[in-house]
Amino acid sequence: MSDSDKQQDLDTFPKLLQHNATRFANVPSIREKEYGIWQTWTWAEAAEEIKAFANGLATHGFGRGDKLFIIGSNRPRMYWAMCAAQSLGGIPVPTYQDAVVEELTYVVDHAEVKYAIAEDQEQVDKLLQVNELGASIEMIIYDDSRGLGDYDAEYIFSFENIQASGVEFCNKSPTFFEDQIALGSGDDVAVLLYTSGTTGQPKGVILSHAGLIFGSERVATLESLTEKDSVMAYLPMAWVVDHFLCYTLAYCAAYCVCCPENQDTLLQDKKEIGPSFHFTSPRVLEAQRTDILTRMEDAAGIKRKLFNYFIDHASRVGISIHSGEKVSLIDRLLYFLGEIYAYGPLRNNLGYSKTRITWTAGEAIGPDMFDFYRSIGINLKQVYGQTEAGPFLTAHQSGGVRSDTVGVPLADVDVKIDEHGEVIFRSPGAFREYYKDPEATRKSKNADGWILTGDAGLFDHDGQLKIIDRIKDVGTMSNGSLFAPKFIENKLKFFAHILEVVTFGDQRDRVTALINIDLVAVGSWAERRNIAYASYQDLASRPEVYSMVQESIEQVNIDLSRDESLANSQITRFVILHKELDADDGELTRTRKVRRRIIHERYAELIEALYNPEISRIQVETDVVFEDGRKGIISGNLKIRDVKIFQTTQKTG
Amino acid sequence: MTINGASSEILLKVEDVSLAFGGIKALDSVSFDTRKGEILAIIGPNGAGKSSMLNVINGFYHPQQGTITYKGQTRKQMRPYQAASQGIARTFQNIALFKGMSTLDNIMTGRNLKMKTNLFWQALYIGPARAEELKNREAVEKIIDFLDIQAIRQKAVGKLPYGLQKRVELGRALAAEPDLLLLDEPMAGMNSEEKEDMSRFIIDVNMEYGTTIILIEHDMSVVMDISDRVVVLDYGRHIADGEPHEIRANKEVIDAYLGVSHE
Repeated sequence: MSDSDKQQDLDTFPKLLQHNATRFANVPSIREKEYGIWQTWTWAEAAEEIKAFANGLATHGFGRGDKLFIIGSNRPRMYWAMCAAQSLGGIPVPTYQDAVVEELTYVVDHAEVKYAIAEDQEQVDKLLQVNELGASIEMIIYDDSRGLGDYDAEYIFSFENIQASGVEFCNKSPTFFEDQIALGSGDDVAVLLYTSGTTGQPKGVILSHAGLIFGSERVATLESLTEKDSVMAYLPMAWVVDHFLCYTLAYCAAYCVCCPENQDTLLQDKKEIGPSFHFTSPRVLEAQRTDILTRMEDAAGIKRKLFNYFIDHASRVGISIHSGEKVSLIDRLLYFLGEIYAYGPLRNNLGYSKTRITWTAGEAIGPDMFDFYRSIGINLKQVYGQTEAGPFLTAHQSGGVRSDTVGVPLADVDVKIDEHGEVIFRSPGAFREYYKDPEATRKSKNADGWILTGDAGLFDHDGQLKIIDRIKDVGTMSNGSLFAPKFIENKLKFFAHILEVVTFGDQRDRVTALINIDLVAVGSWAERRNIAYASYQDLASRPEVYSMVQESIEQVNIDLSRDESLANSQITRFVILHKELDADDGELTRTRKVRRRIIHERYAELIEALYNPEISRIQVETDVVFEDGRKGIISGNLKIRDVKIFQTTQKTG
Repeated sequence: MTINGASSEILLKVEDVSLAFGGIKALDSVSFDTRKGEILAIIGPNGAGKSSMLNVINGFYHPQQGTITYKGQTRKQMRPYQAASQGIARTFQNIALFKGMSTLDNIMTGRNLKMKTNLFWQALYIGPARAEELKNREAVEKIIDFLDIQAIRQKAVGKLPYGLQKRVELGRALAAEPDLLLLDEPMAGMNSEEKEDMSRFIIDVNMEYGTTIILIEHDMSVVMDISDRVVVLDYGRHIADGEPHEIRANKEVIDAYLGVSHE
């Protein structure tokens, strides 16, 4: 079969299912740990389950264009239900399982949902409440029957019940299922994914079969994923990344999806499976590294010393060894010993013993942490995308992995930076439209049909994309150059002793910064140096601390000076604030994001002083709210320090 | 709360039971009965004789007077192991688990009476002993799933937080597949979230397995929420029994235990 024939024949996921059920009949397609044992379904078995369920849905009137609402954690039946709905020309609508009734009601109404599958009693209860609020779900199917014994049976069915009626139906119309699949085409809507909008109501993103297959095939080729690979299913099913890794890519590459027993057993289950392909977030990586390092602090002396020695060795030569560079024989030998003593067991404990590729995305990742994982042999790569892109746009290629970039565009995907500095793209995998929202669809594209990501970014000299900030947060300096506060602040926050940073520069001629030190990290640093301090305020004003922060800022400045468009954003002056920025004072949101407007208002005088070269000390008084609700004033005499800035270094090579 | 499938059939009948330790009367001619499939709560102030009552039911104490009719058989004395073999299981006020053993092994001990093979085969772990072990392991895994404690399956029980230990203890009692489950303060020392979980499990056990449950509990909101009927003891005397709303309105109970607001 030639490639073009294949494209035409296998243009929907149900068709891919049939294809996999034939060519990989006995290859595992999905696993689930239940009753302490991994249960496995091969592609042929999964196809049978899906067929029975789809036929059952059909007997209850589910047909082309109908939506199947899916709510629950990652269970094989939930994934099968997706494919069953698609087989009949229907559209799965997976939803966040922790969504509250009001959120569900909006989506159920907006998507005109009539059929729903819920994992268990908890989710069924929520759907019943949604109906009480006026929605009209006509049928609820549940996976786990526990506690549902005495529910009104009129429109609530068990998964088995639907399958049983499907099997009966199949005896009468044996080819119905296959006929329905044959009716599908690549242009059909594959899935409706609601994005959790930070402002206003969520938007329903429509992705087509052809679009998702396009994206999946590009990634399968890039990472050489085959039926021998496996992945853990643990991300929310409503998130495009889970839909992609555990459904669309799994069907294209025919690899095995493994469902953990529950969220609490994830780490143990992952260790048992050792998935070959894994997706994780910088936040999880950070938490795991902190956990490892603090636990090693408590280990016996000899173990700790050995561990530290080998981790140190890995940080010097590990990355070079893994990227095939020239490393001396002795270093290789030591690394080999480290592999036996530290790196191998460590990877095994984290569930990475068989992991070939680990993807991460979502937030900026610190270079230290990135290198730590890569140096012990975890092949960490960054990717970038969004639901509307279906979902990935760029990824690190082997040999081109760096902590500060998100890689190069995938094959046949166009990504560029527009005149405002925004990342825009064109891709056959892109979404078709927002469901029932032509206004938002129109706004998401520019005049030439490129889709806007809302992210500010730039390409560096070797063609790798750097994501800087959300475009709405990016400002312009008075000399016209770009000012991306979060990008600079993140670079500083990667230093353990800096907790929070606010930079100023929009409509200014230079950049200045307000710093919060991390009391725990700086406190223990001070203890080790016998620097006595009485309070946060006292510690923050120590000249030693100032010098340490200054050093960090200078390092960041060197980093910024390497990039022409960012060289003007080097920090010229800074002050360490006498109090921690606090959500109680309205300076941070409850999720610890900086509220810039409030900070501009509260510290106006201080900010002006930062821009007045004649002032090097300033008396500041700030109202604060204490934990018990009392109000008070903290005052301090703050020093302002200058920082060295660096000349733009010319591009090399 | 609805009556969870409780029938009018009497599973356990306590008649005129008196128990004294020397001069102290722990139970003073107490009578009540338990219907099959119900959740019955025994409440009362400290020293009212609640735990003694449970100990009498499962044969640990032998009352000086009175009879107990269980599954239609009237008896004066019974040993705890006989009670166990007739389908009575219990948990304790102070957790009585094997601290050094894993959750899985602890629950497995609850299957002891279900094992028929002898020590010889079990030690060799071949033939019938192996088949039996697998069958029992399956039953234990179903309980682990039921109680949602997969994550602590291999953890030593002594290291678990209190609320989880209580859950493991319930698991061990369930492993015996009891007809009558005696729970001695299953929610003592728990925070409100743990109490809510435990209440859910008790109701689920009652509904899914049809197990009759007698429980002692001090948290009145829990008692009123989950039990079908309540028996009130005070200084060894039976002062009332009835449905929760009746008990809440009973003057004698209010005076002895629930208390009144003095205006």
